[in-house]
Amino acid sequence: MRRALALLMLAPLLLGAAKPVLVPDVSQRDIDIIYSFTGAELLLFGAILYPRGRVPDPGKDQADIVIVVKGPTEAVQVREKQKVAGIWVNAERMRYRSAPTFYAVASSRPLDTIVDDRTRAIYEMGLDRLQLSPASGTSADTQQRFAAGLVDLRRRHGLYYESPDAVEITDGVLYRARIPIPARVPVGRFTAETFLVRDGHVLAAATREIIIRKSGFERFVARAANHASLLYGLCAVALSVVLGWGAGALWRRF
Amino acid sequence: MDLYLPVANISVNALVIILLGGGVGFLSGMFGVGGGFLTTPLLIVYGISPTVAAASAASQVTGSSISGVSAHFRRGGVDMKMGGVMVIGGVMGSLAGAGLFSLLQQTGQIDTVIAILYVVLLGSVGSLMATESIRAIRSSRSGTPSRPRKRRHHPLVASLPLRTRFYASGLYISPLAPLLLGFGVGILTTLLGIGGGFILIPAMLYLLGMQTRVVVGTSLFQTLFVTASATMTHALTTKAVDIVLAALLLLGSVTGAQIGVRFAQKIKPEYLRLALAVLVLLVAFRMALGLGWRPDEIYSVEPL
Repeated sequence: MRRALALLMLAPLLLGAAKPVLVPDVSQRDIDIIYSFTGAELLLFGAILYPRGRVPDPGKDQADIVIVVKGPTEAVQVREKQKVAGIWVNAERMRYRSAPTFYAVASSRPLDTIVDDRTRAIYEMGLDRLQLSPASGTSADTQQRFAAGLVDLRRRHGLYYESPDAVEITDGVLYRARIPIPARVPVGRFTAETFLVRDGHVLAAATREIIIRKSGFERFVARAANHASLLYGLCAVALSVVLGWGAGALWRRF
Repeated sequence: MDLYLPVANISVNALVIILLGGGVGFLSGMFGVGGGFLTTPLLIVYGISPTVAAASAASQVTGSSISGVSAHFRRGGVDMKMGGVMVIGGVMGSLAGAGLFSLLQQTGQIDTVIAILYVVLLGSVGSLMATESIRAIRSSRSGTPSRPRKRRHHPLVASLPLRTRFYASGLYISPLAPLLLGFGVGILTTLLGIGGGFILIPAMLYLLGMQTRVVVGTSLFQTLFVTASATMTHALTTKAVDIVLAALLLLGSVTGAQIGVRFAQKIKPEYLRLALAVLVLLVAFRMALGLGWRPDEIYSVEPL
């Protein structure tokens, strides 16, 4: 009985041995935002370990890598402008419970050629497959329109993007991809999910976390603005008074 | 030179912001206005969120008005009693403005209201100033001095109770009039991030009938305290004051303002007023176009 139980617990490991395993890593686990921050570039790399070291023939049944980097999710409200009585005003709105603040997907080939729609929906692969959880119940058409508007807006800010062909696979074993992070990135806990895909199936997956935070003076200022608002406001007023007065006094000498 | 703004959460070119502050400061020194009506829209165009732009522009106006106030004060050009009453009204107005701001933000109409207010206020003040300055230029060219307008306050102001004497302004009116005026301008200060000088000055001249000698100084006095109060209100409620952005704007604007003041001394005042009127009308026209044209962004996203 005990032996059978031990065998049962070992079973996943034994079964797993028949499947490839991903060993991922990132160039930076922590990204510190300081005064000179203009964005960052993450290097995601790793190895595909095949059982008993047998690498499948390249070209015959090629494996692909898909990397999804996601920022912390937040509840958002999307507003749509419409022309009312000659002027453009915010008319309709839609709430979403979980929109990622950052979303990038990199793959070794275009996504629609390596995975089917269902798999893409399950793993949220692709900008058209984000699970935004709309909170307001409306028709699918309206939801589609607002989701497209949200994605388009954030894509043009560099916060959402797809880069097919960004993942390079060397000798079928090593992979690497560069993910640019824009300066207007939100702070928080990011996840980098790596998927090994073959014949439209996800064979292996692995996740790494990246923490993006303000540091040094930037952290101090942001914390002060939120936690010591009164003192912060007084400092801002004092700064403007001193600078204004100082410049006036300085210029009178000329 | 790129610099990350800790509250705006965006990286900006520090030189561009300093130059922007300098340009606005130059105009504000030249025309004697705070310049908030230019800073806020320009910052929004640069990609800074409207709330952070309005909150940080207010502190820039504080900085550029202080040297003006001290100069006018030495010359005896500030009516402290009148200014004090207006500041009380202005501070109450800026608090009411903050309430209105968050109410409009919830309904999503803040941008439209701001744009319409800009068009109406700038458009009417700009055309008033333009016609007045063109008339002044014409009369100075033809050589016939224009008949000086008889200084008197509006009949509505005269009907208010509790009259008191404002010696420096040469007035015997109810303090309720400047209190209400200050209140209205205070609301605009928080909503639009402007000092309100371009509304206060005509109102003080034509509604209250104050002596011209103390109008600019008293208006700057009111602007100084009410923008400081608006900065505090934003710091406590929206938490959107970016001190780094404010410092960059101030560095540019306090220098630009001093250059502008010296530049203005070489130009005839009526031409200056005409130039300011044209500038104000241009901003109003651009805003009006923005209301009617299809905007670049149909969708906007805000966190809940």
